[in-house]
Amino acid sequence: MIKKFTLRINKKPQTVEVDENMPLLWVLRDVLDLKGTKYGCGVGSCGACTVHLNGIAVRSCQLPISSLANQNITTIEGLAEKADHPVQKAWLDVDVAQCGYCQSGQIMSAAALLKSNPNPSEEDIDNFMSGNICRCGTYTRIKKAIQQAAAKK
Amino acid sequence: MKKTDNTYSRRSFLKVSSLSGGGFMLGISWLASAKPEETLSALNVEPIWQELTSYIKITPENVIKIFSPNPEFGQNVMTSLPMLIAEELDVDFKSIVVEQASYNPALFNRQFTGGSQSIRSAWKLLRTAGASARQMILTAASQAWNVPVLELTTSKGQVKHAASGKSGSYGSFSTAASKLPVPKDIVLKANKGFRLLGTPQKNVEGTKIVHGKPLFGMDYTEAGMLIAMTERPPAFGMRLKSYDATAAKKMPGIVDVFTIQVYEPTQKLAMFDTRSFNEVIAVVGKTTWDVMNARKKLNVVWENAPDTKEIMNNRETIVPGGLESTTKHYADMLDMDKKPGQIQRKDGEPEKAFESAKHVIERTYTAPFLAHNIMEPTNTFAHFQGNKVRFVAPIQGPDFIANTIATRLGIPKENIEINLARMGGGFGRRAYGHYMVEAALISKQANAPIKLVYSREDDVSGGIYRPTYQLTYRAAFDENKRLTAMHIKGGGIPESPLHANRFPAGALDNYMAESWSIPSNITVGAFRAPRSNFNAAAEQSFLDEIAEYMGKDPIAFRLELLQRAKDNPVGKNNDYDAARYMGVLELVRDKSGWGKPENANKKRGVSAYFCHNSYAAQVIDLRVKDGQVIVDHVTSAVDCGVVVNPEGAKNMAEGAAIDGIGNALFGNLTFTEGRTNQKNFDTYRMIRHNEAPKKIDVHFVANETDPTGLGEPPFPPIFGAMANALYKATGKRLYKQPFGNQIG
Repeated sequence: MIKKFTLRINKKPQTVEVDENMPLLWVLRDVLDLKGTKYGCGVGSCGACTVHLNGIAVRSCQLPISSLANQNITTIEGLAEKADHPVQKAWLDVDVAQCGYCQSGQIMSAAALLKSNPNPSEEDIDNFMSGNICRCGTYTRIKKAIQQAAAKK
Repeated sequence: MKKTDNTYSRRSFLKVSSLSGGGFMLGISWLASAKPEETLSALNVEPIWQELTSYIKITPENVIKIFSPNPEFGQNVMTSLPMLIAEELDVDFKSIVVEQASYNPALFNRQFTGGSQSIRSAWKLLRTAGASARQMILTAASQAWNVPVLELTTSKGQVKHAASGKSGSYGSFSTAASKLPVPKDIVLKANKGFRLLGTPQKNVEGTKIVHGKPLFGMDYTEAGMLIAMTERPPAFGMRLKSYDATAAKKMPGIVDVFTIQVYEPTQKLAMFDTRSFNEVIAVVGKTTWDVMNARKKLNVVWENAPDTKEIMNNRETIVPGGLESTTKHYADMLDMDKKPGQIQRKDGEPEKAFESAKHVIERTYTAPFLAHNIMEPTNTFAHFQGNKVRFVAPIQGPDFIANTIATRLGIPKENIEINLARMGGGFGRRAYGHYMVEAALISKQANAPIKLVYSREDDVSGGIYRPTYQLTYRAAFDENKRLTAMHIKGGGIPESPLHANRFPAGALDNYMAESWSIPSNITVGAFRAPRSNFNAAAEQSFLDEIAEYMGKDPIAFRLELLQRAKDNPVGKNNDYDAARYMGVLELVRDKSGWGKPENANKKRGVSAYFCHNSYAAQVIDLRVKDGQVIVDHVTSAVDCGVVVNPEGAKNMAEGAAIDGIGNALFGNLTFTEGRTNQKNFDTYRMIRHNEAPKKIDVHFVANETDPTGLGEPPFPPIFGAMANALYKATGKRLYKQPFGNQIG
């Protein structure tokens, strides 16, 4: 059923009128034109659509809009206004990306990891990040970037 | 300083024009080969020359823009191709603007991403572009200051005259330079004079990527754009019989539902026209979610397809009907192995050598179909209007599909506009542009701009896969365990992987290679290092096993064979350079600490392979714990000639190792009654963070060979290194990929 919902996205209130079952991913991409959050699998298995819900990393393809009224959502566009979040800076410094498609999701997961665990061990990184797939194979650089961001925090 | 290759200067002409509002635009336009000239001379054919142009724009304000001609899918050519121009132009790379060029066959040469050829084919062309522009700016400055050109120097986009202390920006001379004739004899820097090439440069789109900017085809949108998806047969070997869209059309946001024929039944198809299904149901609506939901309400009756004739590459082929299954595929391949194949190469008297052998080792290797799993699912924007069509497309080979679009839509090729989007991966999948034909047909029928989107399930279950392959290796030995002959017999569904003239051909007096294939309706195509990605695993595992039988060190044994191929090669058609092959093996041996003792926590395997003109060798250090493979270290040695951007190159070689380890351990697409058993990442296992190597070191052979390509060559050998290291760790040789479920 089409209903009206108000969400807080990147600190701004946003009102949308959509099917109550529409996942947050498609609200962001197709309704609000926030294209940084990527569609990869639609079943919560690849992490390309990772956003923060009240500061916690979640898969936006698995969250129906009806469950999110008045919740705080942060997308890659809102992680840092000038793309200067320590994780983004480390990503640039390590020159992580190849194709780049999965990297928004990787960065959002990494930022959530460091928020809850500022000094993660290698094993912590592996465990936390294993929901994010990268076919280009940038995993070793991602780990290095996370360690670098943690060291500079 | 060395002069540009005569082939180029003799056949070239350059164009310069003024920018409106002043400034300079150098269009390098000359006749150049579509293929690297050495390949053509090796083939002994007259090259087909085609026009090419690339652009440098310099404004009076000294804004310097360089267009990157080739499609970008993560191989970082958008950084490395402009570096070639910037080196000779002598500008500060960090201050220039790089822009992705659109598809334009009249202006750009070989806008194709594939075959590890981008840098290789641009190496001289783009440097000549930079050097020509610099020369013209120098001439303009010498005229303005009335000093000889030889007294002028350049640095970071500035011209200087030391004697008078004068200096000026390139921009200040750009308008005058634009009125000069283009120099004829361009002199390129000698490699030792490079200041930019060989230095690490960061991805020019890095900041946009980490900020989530809409760079990809999937991200494109414009006013009035609708979303389209297609419903396709659930199995290979099936086709549409009938459908009822009444319920689907009533769903919210749905605009239209109709069928399209991707190609006309009689249309002659070319190499990259492969598509999985020809008649599909298009669902067009306002949002992706609307369309996904409406697809579920379609009532469709599918039926088994009969054998179908198809004209592909001017050859009539029959696509067989029937619903195929993986178990039968493997049984059929074993049957084919027992029958005589097509002999592709024979040196000496291999049959006699096998008859008189004291010992024979025979091993059969197989690998499954693989899905590309490009992280950005297949998509494109298209807007068909009148007799024109405009695309924003993630596409590796725009020129191939433009011909097909023109034929299918009945419009002139010049009415096709293709803006090249950054691709979220390609690996060969986006060389096949059928989705652009589909999108154009849907836009035409819906009379609206549309973005065609495939779901992940569409991509996995109806792809253009890496084929299933099998290779049987036989080696004959005399009473002294000396290798006397080798016989390789290989085939696949639906193509053979055999490269008959590759190593170890050339190193053996008695050698035979045979090929076979089994027709199939499962669509296959290029997948990062086609065929090589399986051959390396089989060949390098087999060499390891026979080295062990002979009591030889795996690297020493390979070097021994290569030394023979170098000093006294057997046969004339060997397609590899034994010295470069040896170079990567020696480098990986030295850098990995090969020969140092192994222990329970460190088991090692080596592998080396040649493909696409470059050479790569890898050593894997791993251990097995509770049935899980833990890769502690990968040492990679690569000879791709001159390395343009070491940081980007390392990233590619690291990624190749991770991607290869993932596919070797887990990659597996299987079929039951024509349907894929895997549909998405919950069932198709991809390598993940915790399974990646803990450490990867990449070393490049330092040489002055012109670049020979990098995207594919480091990928194939890792499969062999994994097999050989796993043998050490488990005591069990593995012959069937994927290996991951046979450990522990």
